[in-house]
Amino acid sequence: MTTIIYDGTYLGWLTAVFEIYEHKLQDITFAREGEPPASLFGITHKVVTNKSKATRVLNGLKQKLSADGLMRLYKTFFSEVDKFDEKMWRFVQYVLASPHNVEGDLSNSVVWEVRQAAKFVHRESHRMKAFIRFKLTKDHLYYALIEPDCDVLPLIANHFRKRYADQRWLIYDAKRKYGIYYDLATLSNVELTFSLVASAQNTVDLYDEREEFFQDMWRRYFSAVNIKARKNMKLHIQHMPRRYWRYLTEKMPESRLL
Amino acid sequence: MLVKKVMKVSERAFEKLEILADAAKYDVSCASSGSKRQNKDKGLGNASNGICHAYTEDGRCVSLLKILLTNHCIFDCAYCVSRKSNDIKRAAFTVEEVVDLTISFYRRNYIEGLFLSSGIFDSPDVTMERLVRIAKKLRLEENFNGYIHLKAIPGASAELMKEAGTYADRLSVNVEMPTEKGLKLLAPDKNHQDVIAPMKYLKTAIAGHKEQKKIIKSTPAFAPAGQSTQMVIGATGESDMEILGMANYFYKKMNLRRVYYSGYVPVSTDNRLPAIGTPVPMIRENRLYQADWLVRFYGFNVNELVGFDLPNLDLEIDPKLGWALRNLHQFPIDVNTADLELIKRIPGIGVLSAQKIISARKFRMLQPEDLQKMGVAYNRAKYFLTASNPFTMHKDYTPIQIRQQILTLQNSKYVNNFSPQMALF
Repeated sequence: MTTIIYDGTYLGWLTAVFEIYEHKLQDITFAREGEPPASLFGITHKVVTNKSKATRVLNGLKQKLSADGLMRLYKTFFSEVDKFDEKMWRFVQYVLASPHNVEGDLSNSVVWEVRQAAKFVHRESHRMKAFIRFKLTKDHLYYALIEPDCDVLPLIANHFRKRYADQRWLIYDAKRKYGIYYDLATLSNVELTFSLVASAQNTVDLYDEREEFFQDMWRRYFSAVNIKARKNMKLHIQHMPRRYWRYLTEKMPESRLL
Repeated sequence: MLVKKVMKVSERAFEKLEILADAAKYDVSCASSGSKRQNKDKGLGNASNGICHAYTEDGRCVSLLKILLTNHCIFDCAYCVSRKSNDIKRAAFTVEEVVDLTISFYRRNYIEGLFLSSGIFDSPDVTMERLVRIAKKLRLEENFNGYIHLKAIPGASAELMKEAGTYADRLSVNVEMPTEKGLKLLAPDKNHQDVIAPMKYLKTAIAGHKEQKKIIKSTPAFAPAGQSTQMVIGATGESDMEILGMANYFYKKMNLRRVYYSGYVPVSTDNRLPAIGTPVPMIRENRLYQADWLVRFYGFNVNELVGFDLPNLDLEIDPKLGWALRNLHQFPIDVNTADLELIKRIPGIGVLSAQKIISARKFRMLQPEDLQKMGVAYNRAKYFLTASNPFTMHKDYTPIQIRQQILTLQNSKYVNNFSPQMALF
């Protein structure tokens, strides 16, 4: 039983894979730095992230997987499902041991689990692209808060950078306490410290003078396009689950606006 | 004094938006995909995604800012809420207002782009010119690369249509009534030819542009997401066969990307139309969409689904199951050996599951558990597969027995509609 300790990044995990093969380690579990290890027994092996080792693993995988297949592995890394790093490891073992591309072997549980985890992440990132709502502040920053089911910020950053190339924006993950900021040139990760809950007066001052107007317009638009004769709340909630309503301008109760 | 004035302006804006969004909602086209438009010169936006930013309480997706430029109209089509003789509030946006609203919503990630239609004021040309002006302003002055869907106003000049195509991603003109007869009954001033003419022009223009692009790579885009249209279901007495026949014509002869079917929502006391309070034919609309998908993605021919002996789709079961029950001699199918096209015809197996089966069976023979895991609706598919027990055990199920078994087992989302209290439409 070997517990691999790595720094929690994708490159770190790939370095770990390299070292597993390098030292022929057996019976692997993973733990991230700072977390308690899964088991008290067996040996631990600490991994220092090494870009060239990680790249060698990636290149090996690129030979055996399509671009989609490799992307699925990457997405699984952000899925936060139980033992995701072990699932990824079993998948990589199978891939590297096979002479041909095995990502289509869907009746194999090792392949299927990665596929399912990736699907979960893909869906959440697509939902975030849809549900993120920006607010314009007085200093011309478009600011959005989200609480996604898994860590999608790395996966949506590029989409928003390409789309909003001419505006400064910030998307903050309130659950994971970090965000992405675009300053018209580059993307960077940020952490914010929040002061105590601002009073209503302060909040109004924070935003651009027309922000409230556009939020109102959007809410009215949203309610005007509804066709009451076709009401179908079940379908509505299926597409727009309640857990997202908190940050959706059109679903927020009046008191929580702005 | 200043504060009061600002408030008045916004109240008027609210009211305009409510009127003009409400009037536009019966044009159900919601797509924001099909274009590959990229952001350029560090401008604003791109239009290469289909993203549904919100969903209404009726379950439909909200992807675009869908509005009428104005609901003033010189025509009096009986099925339309904005008809001239209808006593409703009228309003109109200015060009600047539409541009401002589109950009502001877009920057906040509320929408993928703009869907702009209009009642016809003055003349088709005057109306179309205004629509084109808005699209032009968005593209050229605001450097907006998001999705723009413009209505092609029947009767507008070819020059305006051409200009529209250079700025818009999609153009559409709605035929509304599936048959000429229906249209004549409700809109005596109009005929199908008026509607088909712009479609034909655009089809030629789009095709011509594609050819030119092969030779001159830098040719700018022309309506890259193509054309679409809409047919209203249940306002006049057309059969599903006539409706699907029309749709087939649009797909095959006019190269349309999409045909939309919109269940008629009663908006009129006119006795040529279903009375207010008549339920919207939602199940029928759903079955039509299912049939539409079967023709476009499952390789079905329209006359496998409807015909003179079967002019309307079954409401209780979906069209693919209906076809399978009429063609039991084609089953059982062995998913481990059959062609992809045949596997797609098995009830309970969709396009994605079929592709997964083809992929996975290369590695080992697939068992029922594997199919279930992959997302096949196994309780339904089992009657049509070789690898499953029920079929090999009871080879002599009749179509009616299979239908009954499937119906009692499934939790239909339409169960409420079939209770004895409610009449079927």
